[in-house]
Amino acid sequence: MTGVKLSNIRKSYARNEVLHGIDLEIELGEFVVFVGPSGCGKSTLLRMIAGLESISDGEMYIEGALVNHIPASMRGTAMVFQTYALYPHMTVYDNMAFAMRIAKESKEVIDEKVHQAAELLQLTEYLGRLPKALSGGQRQRVAIGRAIVRSPKVFLFDEPLSNLDAALRVQTRIEIANLKENMPGTTMIYVTHDQVEAMTLADRIVVLSAGKVEQFGSPLELYTNPANLFVARFIGSPAMNILPVVLEQSGPHSLIRFTSGKTLSVPVASELMEEGAELQLGIRSEDLLLSDKLNALLSGEVQFVESLGEMTLIHVKCKESDSIIVAKLVGIIELHKGQTVHLSLMADKVHLFNTEGHSLRYLDQQSCDAGQQAEQPDLVTDNV
Amino acid sequence: MVTVTKPLSSTDSPYQSRGLLSTLRRSPLTLLTHLSVIVIVVMWTLPTAGLLISSLRDKEQLAVSGWWTSLSPSTQRLMVRSVPPDAQLEEGGRYVLRGKVSDDQALQVLAFGWSSREPAAYAVGDVAQMRKGQTLSISSNGEYELSSPEPFSGARGKRLFYTAKIPPRFGLDNYREVLTTGGIGQSFINSLTVTIPATVIPILIAAFAAYALSWMAMPGRGLLIALIVGLLVVPLQMSLIPLLRMYNQIGSTFGVDAKSYLGIWLAHTGFGLPLAIYLLRNYIANLPKEIIESARVDGANDFEIFTRIILPLSFPALASFAIFQFLWVWNDLLVATVFLGTGEQQMVLTARLREMLGSYGGNWEVLTASAFVSMAVPLLVFFSLQRYLVRGLLSGSVK
Amino acid sequence: MTHLLSSLVIMLLGVAACGFYFVFSNWLLLRIFPVRRVSLQQQAVNIQRAALIRPWLFLAPALGFLGLYLVYPVVESVRLSLFDRGGDAFVGVANYRWLFASEEFQESLLNNLLWLLVVPACSTFLGLVIAAMTDKVRWGNIAKSLVFMPMAISFIGASIIWKFIYEYRGEGSEQIGLLNAVVEYLGGTAQPWITLHFWNNLFLMVILVWIQTGFAMVILSAALRGIPEETVEAAVLDGANGVQIFFKIMIPQIWSTIAVVWTTITITVLKVFDIVLAMTNGQWKTQVLANMMYDWMFRGGGDFGRGAAIAVIIMVAVIPVMIWNIRQANAQMEGR
Ligand SMILES: Nc1ncnc2c1ncn2[C@@H]1O[C@H](COP(=O)(O)OP(=O)(O)OP(=O)(O)O)[C@@H](O)[C@H]1O
Ligand SMILES: [Mg+2]
Repeated sequence: MTGVKLSNIRKSYARNEVLHGIDLEIELGEFVVFVGPSGCGKSTLLRMIAGLESISDGEMYIEGALVNHIPASMRGTAMVFQTYALYPHMTVYDNMAFAMRIAKESKEVIDEKVHQAAELLQLTEYLGRLPKALSGGQRQRVAIGRAIVRSPKVFLFDEPLSNLDAALRVQTRIEIANLKENMPGTTMIYVTHDQVEAMTLADRIVVLSAGKVEQFGSPLELYTNPANLFVARFIGSPAMNILPVVLEQSGPHSLIRFTSGKTLSVPVASELMEEGAELQLGIRSEDLLLSDKLNALLSGEVQFVESLGEMTLIHVKCKESDSIIVAKLVGIIELHKGQTVHLSLMADKVHLFNTEGHSLRYLDQQSCDAGQQAEQPDLVTDNV
Repeated sequence: MVTVTKPLSSTDSPYQSRGLLSTLRRSPLTLLTHLSVIVIVVMWTLPTAGLLISSLRDKEQLAVSGWWTSLSPSTQRLMVRSVPPDAQLEEGGRYVLRGKVSDDQALQVLAFGWSSREPAAYAVGDVAQMRKGQTLSISSNGEYELSSPEPFSGARGKRLFYTAKIPPRFGLDNYREVLTTGGIGQSFINSLTVTIPATVIPILIAAFAAYALSWMAMPGRGLLIALIVGLLVVPLQMSLIPLLRMYNQIGSTFGVDAKSYLGIWLAHTGFGLPLAIYLLRNYIANLPKEIIESARVDGANDFEIFTRIILPLSFPALASFAIFQFLWVWNDLLVATVFLGTGEQQMVLTARLREMLGSYGGNWEVLTASAFVSMAVPLLVFFSLQRYLVRGLLSGSVK
Repeated sequence: MTHLLSSLVIMLLGVAACGFYFVFSNWLLLRIFPVRRVSLQQQAVNIQRAALIRPWLFLAPALGFLGLYLVYPVVESVRLSLFDRGGDAFVGVANYRWLFASEEFQESLLNNLLWLLVVPACSTFLGLVIAAMTDKVRWGNIAKSLVFMPMAISFIGASIIWKFIYEYRGEGSEQIGLLNAVVEYLGGTAQPWITLHFWNNLFLMVILVWIQTGFAMVILSAALRGIPEETVEAAVLDGANGVQIFFKIMIPQIWSTIAVVWTTITITVLKVFDIVLAMTNGQWKTQVLANMMYDWMFRGGGDFGRGAAIAVIIMVAVIPVMIWNIRQANAQMEGR
């Protein structure tokens, strides 16, 4: 069964459409993260699932039931807000008990559930306090607890950690990961700006941009096989380097030519492309290597060096590209500004994008899947 | 504007002297600021202080000397009648009337006389020779002795004139008098009866409306808000005639009294609502959206959200409007005169004061004390809850 | 005592009835659109229907009151102003014709104009100056609280306070009114101030200024404190002196607040009648529109037509302020 299914969901404010037809199928118990630039509609989509925003068009199902016209109070969703949204005049206990009191649960049930949740979140000793007497992290845990006690079908988080400091973020993130383990049947949807959060927590990530889904897949999929330029640049830090290239020779392996004239054969299929087409080459900074002048594909002047100890980031102004190329090199490398460096790249890690920005590799794989109608083995590895 | 030139007693307040001392060391401009603030404060409090002091003074003194002289003894020319002739004694062939001009122990007689033309002709200790061989002497403690070769006749005592130095006298006599005889006590209760429901009812109604206008989806919301802002400035006077006619009509159709407490509560509710809705909406609309949404996701309907979340959270705004409305209703005269009767059972304090102003125009002891009785409650409310009042004012007019 | 008790009972009943409405109407709504013990689909539909109706339930009493006590009277006043004293016979604009010919009206209009010019200006100006000064001294809050205090006093109470100050005793006897005492102390002659034509108007206005200055001060003081510190510091660095900073840097920044204070006091002035009623009842040429209207409502059994005509004039005077207010509020909401 799907946990949440969205089919062609649209949202307009007045005449201004902010979501342009979203299709998603989120598995029951799956942890899905929405990422995307500010203003792309993440919160709007989340709030529509919660029932806080009306649905302009399309259909939404929660655990199989159409919920378009089901009010927020009956959808079985629980939401954790960025600002916690605790009821400031109620104690931690009352905050957690509120929903059940509204639902006219018996005192014993309420008491039991609240204590259970409090224990899980280590809040037992604060049950009698008002929110203003809690730290930010504790408040966030109360907000989570408030959602837990309702045993929701869908658990929604809107940037829950963005008001916490760095250390607390890591800690709370681990708690959320534990929560995921503890509530296997609960579908969770999580909005964040933080890539690390997205990569570590998510079973699958939805990349949104300007009201559209750019890609929906596991974190590693997005990283290793971005569907398009947008995802490629959005996921990963530093962002993927992009260089203009020309397709010399198409085929199962493509031969590409840099603006400098050097060529490279990469294991990306380009059978359908015309030779001589302009492409964009994408390469992650860790897939660039220092090399000697002879074997180098790229060369340029060092603009800036960031030595981080276990690695060194060098920013290079290359002739082959208008933008600065960033290379991530392992260990401490003695380089300084103005020096000329030569770089080569790992051919099997190269991505090619056509003029529409679509990744050739991704397109190829899609058509393979479609052709074979076979189920790909799940690529998700559990090492996250 | 106020023509007081010198602060009268401005040096004994602890704040002021401390402020002055420390500023003496600073620039003359700062000193000037301090001085100006002192002058302003004195100018603003002096009128009320004068009233308060006067209301505590002895009523005879109040009528003849300014309240600012009340701490120094006053010299007054007074007249009393001696004890009546029935009380005369025969002593050594002369008839004698003895007594005291006043019971006041602290009174000090300076001079006396026996005719209104020369009320201070004799110094204390002198013996005044009157007509027909009568004599009069008054000692400085006020004891007098009238003696005559013939028996005193007539029903009333002789008139004695004296000039005395009377020490300041303060007391609650004026208040006692006002509270027991003036009907002020009754009016006080009437004022409370009008004020409390006229404060609570509009708050309740306005709070619900303000919530609806801030957080509930409904058509025409913007228009309604504009209407309320517009009604904020409708002059009360506008409403009086139509409402009075309506009340009279209802009164005569149903055979009930047109002037009733219910009537005035409703009137004050109507008149207070625009401000109430406006103030409360300003506050409620600014509550964090997430809290309300959170409650909605938690399964609460709007009624539950309102009673369990909004009401407790809006306490400061509710309090500030309550103070406004309380002061306004308590201090109102216009609505009370129009919608309440003039009988003992319905006359509120302000109306009573106004009536007294007409009938006791010159009786300052009554006026000052009653005015202060009427001011006591609002002043108490004002000073104890000022914080909320200010907050409400600000939420109403400053972004 | 019995009265006290009955008052208490009436009070409780009044308040309870009001609370009852909201609880009962909500209960009724939930009865009509139940959310328990019906099918899930039905529940969803019911919740939505209830949510459509509920805002109107919340608003109904308020709208009822506003309609009955403010909107209806405005309309009715306009109608009544075209009718005779009892409100029975249509007389066209006769009331207005009478009004504009009446000397009392002209005098009131003139006086009202004077009030409108003097009181808001003086109160706002004094409020501003006092706010600026009290912000600079450490005991400023106490000072503010004392200047603000007259807000709590009724107009009638304030009138008594000031009547006591203006009190006049015939020549030769000691003056117990502070004003006359001061005048005599300075070598002048005591005057019966409130009968002194023209000046008496100013003496009445002093009372309202005394009351309203605190209000202006509180709001303007908050506005002054809301001015970003940097703008003042920048001006100091630019070499402006204190007075220049106040008038060229600070005042322009709180201009909109000054306007709000000004209009609020203007509205109060238009409505004020208690002071005139208590001090002079319009004698000695101190009549104002509000008191004149009150007079006509009750004089000789009342002339509703003429009273309503005066009310309409007051309303017309308020309309510009009203429009300004609505504009202001709209702008504020959009800024949110
Ligand atoms: N109530 C509204 N009325 C009109 N437009 C709105 C409203 N709420 C959101 N929008 C618009 O919808 C778009 C999406 O907003 P949304 O809050 O979903 O962005 P977001 O992805 O959550 O951004 P962020 O990461 O900054 O939180 C934005 O362009 C926003 O301006
Ligand atoms: Mg957002």
